[in-house]
Amino acid sequence: MATGIKQQDRQDAIAGWLFMTPALFLFAFFVFIPIFFAIYFSFTDWNGISPPTEARFIGAENFRVLLLEDGIRRADFFKALKNTAYFSLGVVPMQTALALLLAVVVNQRRLRFKSFFRTAYYFPSITSSIAISMLFLFLYQRNGLVNQVLQAITFGLWQPIAWMADPRGLFHIIFGWFGLTLETAPDWMRANVLSLPVWDWISGPSVALMGIMLLNTWTTIGTMMVIFLAALQDVPREVYEAAEIDGANSRQVFFGVTLPLLRPTLFFVVTLGLIGTFQVFDQVYVMSAGGPAKTTLTVAYLVYRNGFTNSQMGLAAAIALLLFIIIFTLTLVQRRITEGKKE
Amino acid sequence: MAASMTTTAPTAVRRESRLRENIRLVLSYALLFLIALVFLYPFVLAISTSFKTLPEINERPVALIPQTFTLEGYQRMFALNVGRWAFNSFFIATTVTVSNVLFSALAGYSLTRIAFPGSRFVFLAIIGTMMIPGIVQLIPMFIVLKTLGMIDSYTGLIIPKMVTAFGIFLMAQFFEAIPREIEEAARIDGAGRFRMFFQIVLPLARPAIVALVIFSFQGSWNEFMHPLIVITTNQDLYTLPLGLAFLRGGLGQNLQWNALLAGSMLTTVPMATIFFFFQRYFIEGISYSGVKG
Repeated sequence: MATGIKQQDRQDAIAGWLFMTPALFLFAFFVFIPIFFAIYFSFTDWNGISPPTEARFIGAENFRVLLLEDGIRRADFFKALKNTAYFSLGVVPMQTALALLLAVVVNQRRLRFKSFFRTAYYFPSITSSIAISMLFLFLYQRNGLVNQVLQAITFGLWQPIAWMADPRGLFHIIFGWFGLTLETAPDWMRANVLSLPVWDWISGPSVALMGIMLLNTWTTIGTMMVIFLAALQDVPREVYEAAEIDGANSRQVFFGVTLPLLRPTLFFVVTLGLIGTFQVFDQVYVMSAGGPAKTTLTVAYLVYRNGFTNSQMGLAAAIALLLFIIIFTLTLVQRRITEGKKE
Repeated sequence: MAASMTTTAPTAVRRESRLRENIRLVLSYALLFLIALVFLYPFVLAISTSFKTLPEINERPVALIPQTFTLEGYQRMFALNVGRWAFNSFFIATTVTVSNVLFSALAGYSLTRIAFPGSRFVFLAIIGTMMIPGIVQLIPMFIVLKTLGMIDSYTGLIIPKMVTAFGIFLMAQFFEAIPREIEEAARIDGAGRFRMFFQIVLPLARPAIVALVIFSFQGSWNEFMHPLIVITTNQDLYTLPLGLAFLRGGLGQNLQWNALLAGSMLTTVPMATIFFFFQRYFIEGISYSGVKG
């Protein structure tokens, strides 16, 4: 009997590793080994064109140029980081709030056409980011649909703009209403911090970047709504009924009952949003290529541009590594907040 | 007097709350239909515009019905080899999906149902890679493909995508939930691991497989970054998204909107068709990954 079990264990071990072989092989070649390669190449001057063996080891030079040396490369890196941060700060709250709102509205017990609404809202999520970017490029033209709709709902007050060609920052526009421009700005606003003038740091997202932000929100709401809906359907009906008997109105039910129960889902959605927005690439590639005036240059696009168009693969690998550290830290902070709130 | 107070007051309150609920419902419908319009109208306008002539698009970019109906945009796209791109997209998505489902199921089964030495470590290592953002993997992937001579080839487009950590995770979740007694019975009958997997466990995991098929196909069909770095010169290997992006750059400032939107619709419509037939599985799939992730 004992030998029988032992033999079975051995057979299981063989079967176990055998079943794993294709996956392990693929992971080793295309995920695990490449990660070490990438770390190594971030310490080289490889251009991405010559054979990788010809790359020269240059120590932490790439990181020094990105973080410490005053110059165009540090300026671009922090510009990209700034744009990405504005992007994320705008999109994540917007997509989360709207997705939650839609989920709660669609989840109403007496509502009809539920599946139609769900389908309609989810639909953009399944389409190609490139096709959608092309479509929005069309809608964002000066005489395009977006401007015409804005004009109609503001009774002609809206001045049509060429969205994707407009580098003006949102906060700069608002400052302008109060007479604060680069010319009238105090001297400290023109001082450089990390190779970028303070005035640039506080620009807000440019009009072009906001165009991509709106598009990104539009395509991701559906997925997040479906995640919220799944969580809402797990809430027992009795919980709501009890709240109603206690005389809670719908706002009280939402903030007192629904929201606390959805907290884990909420944090999951925010994490997804953070990771997604910090990697925004496809839309930038098609719609703006980082322009106008580098105001849509995101970190992900900077990685691509340096590595594949500027032949600075080593530098690009270093940026990618820094991006990974940033995303990882954000996720950890996020988790810390979640766990802190649970206690 | 007191008695009638107690009977009428609750009904009045109830009537008022019923009225309020109805108002809320009407407002909800209005809002929901308006939002549905925001989500769907751009697609309708894109389809209509893909059948317009270029002068008309420049003159009336928001008109819903084309004045002169033309296939010019589609003809231009087919002249640019869009048929080949569509074939590539379809071929790659199919191959990737079939292998991803098979390899993910095998791995997921092995990691959850066979307690072999080292399985825990392997599972954590693979799931851990889900934390690595795609953009961070871009350069490592390029280095490996270049070293292996897989740039500008179908193998470079397909092989790295043949299994995903997400797929393994999804399948593992499902296998975990299947009772062990089912296999014990088969084992007593003398079945080996292969027979148990293919004849007993795999058929039970059908919902998970359907979800993974849809995720994989959709992911591969819409994928842009991977083909972008793999295909550097050979335009015959373009996928639909890659071809579209190339056209946007290649056509210069005067964009030929009917052709670009025709291409966008050719990219969108196959996925949309699959979505409308299988939408239940799309939504179930996203719920699994959401709640359990």
